[in-house]
Formats: sequence, structure tokens, C-alpha cells
Amino acid sequence: MSSLTATRTTTSPSKVIQPAWVRAMHWTNAVAIILMIMSGLQVYNASPLFRSLTFSHSITLGGWLGGALLWHFAAMWLLMINGLAYLITGFATGRFAKKLFPISIRGVISDVTAALTFKLSHDDLSKYNQVQKILYAGIIAVGIVIVLSGLSIWKPVQLQYLTALFGGYDIARYVHFFCMSAIVAFLAIHVLLALLVPKSLRAMIIGR
Amino acid sequence: MGRLRKLLIPGVDKQLLVKDATKVMPDLARRRFISGGASLGALTLLTGCDVLDSSSAEEMLKRVSKFNDAFQAFIFNPDAMAPTFPESAITKPFPFNAYYEIDDAPEIDGADWKLEVRGLVDNKKSWTLEELYKLPQVKQVTRHICVEGWSAIGSWTGTPLRDFLKLVGADTRAKYCWFQCADKEGYNSPLDMRTALHPQTQMTFKFGDEILPRAYGFPMKIRVPTKLGFKNPKYVISMEVTNDYKGGYWEDQGYNSFSGS
Repeated sequence: MSSLTATRTTTSPSKVIQPAWVRAMHWTNAVAIILMIMSGLQVYNASPLFRSLTFSHSITLGGWLGGALLWHFAAMWLLMINGLAYLITGFATGRFAKKLFPISIRGVISDVTAALTFKLSHDDLSKYNQVQKILYAGIIAVGIVIVLSGLSIWKPVQLQYLTALFGGYDIARYVHFFCMSAIVAFLAIHVLLALLVPKSLRAMIIGR
Repeated sequence: MGRLRKLLIPGVDKQLLVKDATKVMPDLARRRFISGGASLGALTLLTGCDVLDSSSAEEMLKRVSKFNDAFQAFIFNPDAMAPTFPESAITKPFPFNAYYEIDDAPEIDGADWKLEVRGLVDNKKSWTLEELYKLPQVKQVTRHICVEGWSAIGSWTGTPLRDFLKLVGADTRAKYCWFQCADKEGYNSPLDMRTALHPQTQMTFKFGDEILPRAYGFPMKIRVPTKLGFKNPKYVISMEVTNDYKGGYWEDQGYNSFSGS
């Protein structure tokens, strides 16, 4: 035990970048969000918001509307409970304040420029750059809105004040759909960048 | 399959029976939802539960759906009214929606029709349309929300179901009002008693101030603005007050049974 502590203090690269609770909740969320998106696309197909946009069976889950709803209303518990635990822990431990803020527009612009010219440094994974900060803070916000808009579609009578906040049932459906689109766009960039910087992926699996 | 085997009756042509059974499944894809689990094989590694085994996935989903029934019953507020709208907000034309084409909708002769009342009620007399029309009626303009996602605002007029339940001396401590309908292949649906007693739950005789047209359920539908559309029976022929869960046309195929809004 004492030797383990010793190695930790002497060799700084082995310090924990992603604590266990972040990793556990990250991968739980990954499973939940994929189940929600795939089943959600099947639900969407039953009454498409855009006439020319429907989704192939190969990327949907549930087989038909009833099956998709069973998946959607099961995975929502995983998403909501895990998400709520993440928000509480993120605020309580000060991780959000430390990792995600402050964000400045100038910083974001200069980091985006650096990223696009391949000059953005990834040497210290424990510190997020401005692009990461705005994307991670942004996707948490989108996550909150997609859950709230989902609840207002599910319970437009019991939670009618929430539904009204979104401008009514029909508009809440669009909000829910656009949040999903934002999450899919985020996922594409997120997965691509994780593959381009493999040590960041390693940190999310083994912690360092 | 076990369920189908139980249905086999000696002397009944099995092939015809299977043919009929297939007709009850309007879309074969409906039964395929389990197979969706197979494509998620990779997730088995992450979740530890065997998603590949479709029957265990189906069992798990059914159990969560039952939990969701209980959860929705728990958060159901009998005093929460579905939002109402001005007449100008009514959707025109109001959509016809069923698991069959409009030409296959039941054609009921109002003069012959009677509402059968069964189960845990003091007075089991059947009601003619003429008798039902004499009961006090109220109008509501509310949003009909389909399980598919679309919604439409309509105007329904009729007798609050709770007034009728009181009139026939129903045991309102019973769990369900179970409705049977004249739709082809026999639509039926259970309605939990607390929702049946909700002030806006209505035995509907009129749509948009006109006698309920065939498309919307003549002679009587049950309008339940606190439930999804498929829990709003049309062409009702009988009502049974019961403690038994008797299933329903859509509920048996996998739609969540409570499906409250």
C-alpha cells in the first residue's frame, strides 16, 4: 500500500485524469444515450416531423413503434438516474467549476483556430482546452433540455407547466428532435477526436 | 407460441386459426421488436445482462413497462385537468386513425345498439342510445395525443363517465372499467378506475356539436384526455367494472398499459 502511494507521488504522468465515478457514469451514459437515440428514431418513424426524413431499420431499435417505446421508456430511467447522479456529483465535487469554466469567446476562437491548423496541444489531458470546455458544457445543457422536453412530451397533462414552457406539446417534439440531432453531431466529433487522441480514450477507460 | 397452443380448440381448423391469428397482427414487424435486441450484442459486454437472448430482453422490457404503469399511476393527479382550448384551435379536418381503413370502420345502427353494463355494478341493465342521450352532457375541447406522436385538438360532448358509474351503482373501488368495442377483430381496452373517475373522462356522443360520426366512433366513444389516443375506445358496445386485468388490443401487443399523458 505504501509503495503504491510512493509511485503515485513520484511519477506524475500516472495521476488519475478521469476518476472512477466519471468513467462509470460516462460509459453508462454512452449505453443509455445510444439506446435512447436508436429507439427514438423508430418512434420518430411512426409520425415523422419532416416528410422526407425517416430512418432506416438498420439504425433503429425495437422493430416497431411498440417495441421502440418499450426500449425508450426503459432506457430513460438509466439515462435520467445516471444523468442526475452525474450532475449532482459534478457540482458537489467542484469538477464542473474546475474543468469546464471559465469559458471565453476569445479563448474558444483561438483554440478552434489552433485545432484546425493542428497546433492545439493535448499534452496535459487533465486540462480541457476552450473547445472542449464549450462542447462539454454545451452537451450537458443539451442533455438537460432533451430530458425536460422528453418529459413534457410524455406527460403533457401531469407536467403541463413544463410542456407550456416549451411552447406546447407539438413544439416540445421539435425541441426533443433537435436536441437529439445536436447530440448525434456532438457524438460524431467526440468519437472522431477520441480516436485521433487515443490517450484520451485510454484515460476514459483506465483513468490515466 | 405457448399462448397460441393454448388457444387451439379440438375441431377447429388449425390452419384457419393461424391465418386468423396472423390477421390480428396488422404488421408483422410489430412482433419483431425483440430482434432489435440482437443487433445490440456488443452491449452485452458493457451491461453484463444478456441482451442477445431476446426472450430475456423482452421479459426485462415487460417488467420495466409494468413498473412504468405503477409509476404513472403514482404520479397521476386526479385533480390535474387536461388543458382546454378555444373552438378556434380545433384541428380541421380531425384525422381518422385506426388499425383499419375507414371503409372497414364499424357501421352501427343506433336504433338497434345497446350499451351492455357488466361486472361490479348494482344495475346491469343495458342502455339504449335514446336513454343515454337524456343524461346531462358537457363539452370539452382538448388535445388528442396519439402514441405515434402526432396530436390534434377536437371537441367532444357527452356524459362524464363518473356520473354514469354513480348512476349504475358501480363499485368504484374496483380496479378497472374494461371496454369492448365493435371494431373488426374486437378492440378492447382496460381503463384504471382513478382515470375513469377523472372529471374529464367522458362517454362521448358528439364531435364538434354533431352526433358522433362513424369515423370517430358512432354511437359512443370514451374520451380520455389524460391518456394516449389508443386508450380512447370507439364504437363501444360494453363496459365491465372489474378487478381483473383483462388486457387490451394494443396493450397485449406491447403498448404500455397505463399510457397516461
